[in-house]
Amino acid sequence: MPSTDTMADTDDPLVREHRIKQQAAQEQRRDAVVRVVRQTVTFVVFLGLLAGLYTGYKAFGQAIDDRQHDWAVVGSVLPRTDDLNMPPVSEIFGQFGETPGGQDQIYVKILFDEALFTLREAFAGFMVGLVIGMAIALALAQWRRLEQGLLPYVIASQTIPLIAIAPIIVIWGRKNFDVFPWEWQDWMSVSVIATYLTFFPVAVNGLRGLQSPRPENKELMESYAASWSQTLWRLRLPASLPYLFAALKIAATASIVGAVVGEISAGVEGGLGRRILREAFNYTTGPDRLFASVLGAAVLGIFVFLVVTAVERLVVGNQTQESTT
Amino acid sequence: MSEVPSMDEAVSSGQGAPPLVIDIRGATKVFNPGKSNQVEALDEIDLSVGPGEFITLIGPSGCGKSTLLRLVASLIPPSTGTVQVNAKPAEQARLDRDYGMAFQTAGLFDWRTVTKNIELPLELMGWSRGARRRRAAEMLELVKLSEFANHHPSELSGGMQQRVAIARALSFSPSLLLMDEPFGALDEMTREHMQDELLRIWKETETTVVFVTHSIPEAVYLSTQVVVMSPRPGGIASVIDVDLGDRNASTRDDPAFFTKVTEVRTALRKVEE
Repeated sequence: MPSTDTMADTDDPLVREHRIKQQAAQEQRRDAVVRVVRQTVTFVVFLGLLAGLYTGYKAFGQAIDDRQHDWAVVGSVLPRTDDLNMPPVSEIFGQFGETPGGQDQIYVKILFDEALFTLREAFAGFMVGLVIGMAIALALAQWRRLEQGLLPYVIASQTIPLIAIAPIIVIWGRKNFDVFPWEWQDWMSVSVIATYLTFFPVAVNGLRGLQSPRPENKELMESYAASWSQTLWRLRLPASLPYLFAALKIAATASIVGAVVGEISAGVEGGLGRRILREAFNYTTGPDRLFASVLGAAVLGIFVFLVVTAVERLVVGNQTQESTT
Repeated sequence: MSEVPSMDEAVSSGQGAPPLVIDIRGATKVFNPGKSNQVEALDEIDLSVGPGEFITLIGPSGCGKSTLLRLVASLIPPSTGTVQVNAKPAEQARLDRDYGMAFQTAGLFDWRTVTKNIELPLELMGWSRGARRRRAAEMLELVKLSEFANHHPSELSGGMQQRVAIARALSFSPSLLLMDEPFGALDEMTREHMQDELLRIWKETETTVVFVTHSIPEAVYLSTQVVVMSPRPGGIASVIDVDLGDRNASTRDDPAFFTKVTEVRTALRKVEE
């Protein structure tokens, strides 16, 4: 950064104009820190409000339940708020610290290990989906005809219900996927399901991103007689990154959803999906455990979203705006 | 006797007339030929530009001045006729990287720093990292932006971005600089400042410049020759020589300057009719 002294004695109007911009940028950076703090506080307050609302509504419903004989109509219209239907917030969070029967670990540790298992499935699926999605985007960007012909099928693929294909993929995995040099395991089938949900946003947004460079940018590369791969690596891929990361945020959370749903419908043991299914079966004896395990899945989803956002900051930085002249 | 023709050739292409940088003969351009949206963009263009000239293409919108520039750049091929740059087909000149180009928008890559933007063509040409750094530093000095070497384009004003674009276009020392309304998006004050900068760079680098504009004063102020173009289909209506000597602050108030502006304006009026 140039010192203020060297900048003060410039007679260049453009440089002087730049100084003003520079100051604005500094203020922007300060604002960024304030923004992160404010976001965190807002998030915590929001969570608190949500818990308060839940508890308040529960108390309200309970009060009505207590005088059920007086207000029969209202009591039967409102959803039930007893501890079986709405376990208290304290019980749900308290559950994390408890040791369920037949286990030697506290619940939060069990959830953590199962979240790691699900995360592995989701991550493997996400990475494969990223590669496949980008390959499709590149092919579609390269051959316009293909875009018209293939894109409808890519879209149609997303209308097939996940629950229908999950068991098929697991069965195929056990019987047919021995072409791979490694032994096919059931969690890999769940990854395939995550891939299935991941590749789509990557392909669609990747295509938009690859097509995003302005005509004069493409002409510039052509004027340098740049090769196809030079144009790809130096112009099209970097230009596609903002679009791609928008897709990756969707894809990351979708891969978690895919993994959880995949585990449930494919009957794969060891992850959060299976945990949620089991707690649903045992609901009557421990409703707070189902709520706690669903919270665990939500936290996992938020976690992968934040990871993608952090990688985006690292890779793209904040130079994606403006510079339109 | 048999030596005579070769002597002739030696004279014509030797000291007498310096080799042409641009030589366009009978070039036409038809877009979408044979289709319902067929457009005759250029008709029978003949144009030659010698080394060190600064020529401006001016004309009403739709007269094909940008198309003509792109023929020279070999970004689009002519439908008929020939376009030669540095005595070879324009296509070959492009492959040999004989020219640099600047557009109406600076077209800098947002994700690269100013230095890395200037290095872009050098990277494509396989220059070593050290050589690239040195040249980028020289170019930044030329456009007086050394202290912004590591900034990103979005941190610079429009005029500064255009200076970076010019530095990028000239970084590999091409003999020809093609500019497509590069100052069109700038405000008047910045624009005049940039014109002076461009003339200084032109003199320092001894590059030949082809400059597309729709501003009459800009054309007269910058050029050694103003090429007035007519629309539909685009053609060259007249070529006006401008000899105002070295430009400086008083040039814009010089009666000779206004005479030339009027001459170009009159030629443009005739074209519009």
